[in-house]
Amino acid sequence: MRGASRTLPAAAVAALLVLSGCAGGGGEEEATDNTLRIIYQKAGEASPLDTLMQTTKEQFEAANEGVTVELEPVEGTDEDYNTRLALSQRSPDTAPDVFYEDTFRLRSDVEAGYLLNLDEHLAGWDEWDAFNERAKEAGKADDGGTYAVPLGTDTRVIWYNKQVLQDAGIEVPWQPESWDDLLEMARTVKEAQPDSRPFSMYAGTGTGEGTVMQSFYELLYGTESGGLYDDESSKWIAGSQGFVDSLAFLKTLYDEEFAVTPAEALDPNVWQVVLGTMLPENQMAATVEGSYAPSFWQEGGMFEWPEYADVMGVAPFPTQNGQEPGATSMSGGWTLAVGAGTENPDLAFEFLTTAMSQENLLQYTVDSSQIAVRTDIAEAPEYLDANPFVADVSAVLDVTNYRPATSNYAEISTAVQEATEAVITGGATPEEAAATYDEALTAIVGEENVVEE
Amino acid sequence: MKLIPLAPAIILIGIFLAGPIIWSFYGSFTNAALTGPNAKNPEWIGLENYTTLFADPLFPQSLLLTVVFVLVSAVIGQNFLGLGLALLMQRAHKAVAAVVGVCVVAAWVLPEIVAAFVAYAFFFRDGTLNQITGFAGLPAVDWLFEHPMLAIILANIWRGTAFSMMVYQAALNDVPKEITEAAEIDGAGGAKTLVFVTVPMIRRSIATNLMLITLQTLAVFTLIYVMTAGGPTNRSTTLPIMAYEEAFRYSDIGYGTAIAVVMLIIGAAFSLAYIRLLRERKPS
Repeated sequence: MRGASRTLPAAAVAALLVLSGCAGGGGEEEATDNTLRIIYQKAGEASPLDTLMQTTKEQFEAANEGVTVELEPVEGTDEDYNTRLALSQRSPDTAPDVFYEDTFRLRSDVEAGYLLNLDEHLAGWDEWDAFNERAKEAGKADDGGTYAVPLGTDTRVIWYNKQVLQDAGIEVPWQPESWDDLLEMARTVKEAQPDSRPFSMYAGTGTGEGTVMQSFYELLYGTESGGLYDDESSKWIAGSQGFVDSLAFLKTLYDEEFAVTPAEALDPNVWQVVLGTMLPENQMAATVEGSYAPSFWQEGGMFEWPEYADVMGVAPFPTQNGQEPGATSMSGGWTLAVGAGTENPDLAFEFLTTAMSQENLLQYTVDSSQIAVRTDIAEAPEYLDANPFVADVSAVLDVTNYRPATSNYAEISTAVQEATEAVITGGATPEEAAATYDEALTAIVGEENVVEE
Repeated sequence: MKLIPLAPAIILIGIFLAGPIIWSFYGSFTNAALTGPNAKNPEWIGLENYTTLFADPLFPQSLLLTVVFVLVSAVIGQNFLGLGLALLMQRAHKAVAAVVGVCVVAAWVLPEIVAAFVAYAFFFRDGTLNQITGFAGLPAVDWLFEHPMLAIILANIWRGTAFSMMVYQAALNDVPKEITEAAEIDGAGGAKTLVFVTVPMIRRSIATNLMLITLQTLAVFTLIYVMTAGGPTNRSTTLPIMAYEEAFRYSDIGYGTAIAVVMLIIGAAFSLAYIRLLRERKPS
């Protein structure tokens, strides 16, 4: 008895301490009938999305007397935001009425039952016709219903510093036709400016989704093997030569010191150094980044750089050997969606459409350097003149790719990121890292969903 | 009847302590997820999470890293450093003891997230440590990248030593002066007095302290997550980090709770060992 009486509290303390390490989250007050709760991401002090939400709240509250809009901005990375949102959605008491949703999480969250089907509401909204077909597609789930309205889309291109290229004797505008052209540029610049970082691409788990969206997929989708997922057979691809080649290309960039150092690459904030310091200060010749890069450099952006429009140039990312279609890109984008459990679906949808009005969305599209999804914005002079790159980054939409947005995509993406990390840190050869990825892939999706190339 | 006054306490403990533990046990047998079809209708999958876990190559590595982290940073580092400091401060000049005390306790008083950022800034490649070694003409070492385990172990020793120090200060104050003086008169030197007189007298405090710091260290998350996030290439992924990644990054709540349950068992095993230690040496 004595032993038990002492063991029990000790075990309880043990459990408490261990659990307190992994428990998280907190409760929020319940939404009343006339309150709408909006959850969205706020990245940094100058957040175009925050501005959009504040404006919408003002307009919406003025138009609907007695209705209160509670804005709940979440500060953090995309990954942190997605986790935070998913945790809120788990309970009807904390689920938001309207929220900011990543397109690649959409299908999986629809399967989880978090999103309201908007088909009926959209049928009664005359401005829905102003959205282009590709954009409408982004809000669709596997059942064919539409669950979200896109705020904008994006592409990935090579951003290069004309000054650095010209100093090394390379003519601008520069357009690489194959991976070899990229390496040739990097070698030329390295020779002219040995302490520079001529061509950097993200790698490792630190930059998360950025590693795959703004680096690895541009390589992989430009090989003969194609992407991660075979649409025809609906299976994941293993044993891909393109995967090995892409890893080998990244390895070359890091081994020959064309990219940032491996230690810098693993820092989640490396993109801020690249966009905020290395490119503006002529330490880097080129990198692969999203079409939204100007939003950081333009007035009011995170790293204001008035000369960026003259100094920077863009080039589509070439395919491996210049094969058709010659270039490749990746696209994603964010949407607004309505919670499945909302008590006021009509009010929530009205809030969404207020945010999506031509005027509001135009301002947001310009502030955040998005690619327009409404045709009446795509033609607006404010949009076309927002920065000199709008036409170039939009043209890439013809060759762009989308991620396979399945519910286990996040885990597969991490396996890819780990492969890149192993290669750049010297932990594995490209062949070994690709083999490890194949094993991880098979473990995640099951043997029956994998096709050997 | 005796239990009636205890009822509120028992109910509270039941809800806030036993509840989450039982839920974790239950959750670890399901495929509950944050998103996807399993978020809506989680299913009972029996031991599948555990069989996956034991087949996961990352698991033995994380387990080993966790045990190394606990043994080196808590059982050896915090414990001995805390005891050493407490012994020295007994003899030190009051002013010296006060200054040292404030410095050591400062790390303990800081909120964990702040302490984690301070440690990050210290070990960061352009951080304080490399600037100091740079002045001495030594080459810069990227601690968080090249020696992630060493960095988080040192950071945890820095942060947690104050706790052990305070426990031992209190314990040493309770050791009667006459006894140590008697030992000295009998010809025992400082080391002998410590091993044969002082340590046996504060044995219970040692066991309690070991148990508490072991469990605290086992659960350390923020410090590691901020400093290395488990990297590079999982070289500092301890079990709490692994559980977090699985549950919240890959949205696999069931699998994450299975890892939490394993941690719970490890914690319980450590506590039982310490309790045994406490009991066995007790004079009958």
